[in-house]
Amino acid sequence: MAKKTLNIVESGYRAVIEEQDDTILWLVAAMQAAGAEHTVVLRGNAVNYAVKGQGAPSLSVGEWKQSQAPKMDRDVGDLIEKRNIPVYVLEEDLAERGIEKAELIGGLKFLPRSALPGLCAEHAIVSLW
Amino acid sequence: MAKTLAFALMDPPYESENLTTAFRLLDAAARRGHTIKVFAYEGAAALAFTRQAPHPNPVHGKNLAEENHPTTKDQVAALLASAEKHGGKVDWVNCGMCVDERGVGEFVEGTRRGSPADFHAFCEAADGVLAIPTK
Repeated sequence: MAKKTLNIVESGYRAVIEEQDDTILWLVAAMQAAGAEHTVVLRGNAVNYAVKGQGAPSLSVGEWKQSQAPKMDRDVGDLIEKRNIPVYVLEEDLAERGIEKAELIGGLKFLPRSALPGLCAEHAIVSLW
Repeated sequence: MAKTLAFALMDPPYESENLTTAFRLLDAAARRGHTIKVFAYEGAAALAFTRQAPHPNPVHGKNLAEENHPTTKDQVAALLASAEKHGGKVDWVNCGMCVDERGVGEFVEGTRRGSPADFHAFCEAADGVLAIPTK
């Protein structure tokens, strides 16, 4: 049985245009497919990944055009629905940014900051990204 | 009226959003026919490295063609072509010592190896200078 791993993701939108996804969410999904048992917490600016309907405009340079711009809400939803990875969002970090829960994709779990230490204690490995 | 614009880039490919911002600005400048001078410093010296290769994305369930993964070498080449098409010119200098450190000495055609002296010359000749540093 795999060690339970908690991934706290707080760096949002780093290189997502160039990579066409978030490299940490991608890594977690790929490891889950290899048999890992991951959980994700979105905190800081990364809570914005859960806002539904978002989408960055594709990059274009001269005649070169990007065809697969990232869709972070889709990728978070895929973690939940396709990879069976629990995804928590820190409530206070949403509130500080004026993001209402009604604006978010479905399937998320909400976590007050005070409950984060307890969630860490439930996991063998905690990674802060 | 066309201007001469100098840019210093520092971030390596695939590490930050700074380069996305840089390429959006460079694209806009090229479409307006400005003369563009780029000093690719530190990690940015790998932007024009020709051995970059796109990859499929198994997490997204996309093959190589479907993923159509961007490479900065293609963006650099497209920038040079766009500038020429619109009557401008790009002088793209890859910092030679940075290139050697990283082993990325094969450049997109039309870019060249250089040194901080080139950036100095760019700054002297430019109507405006924008440094986009690594933070």
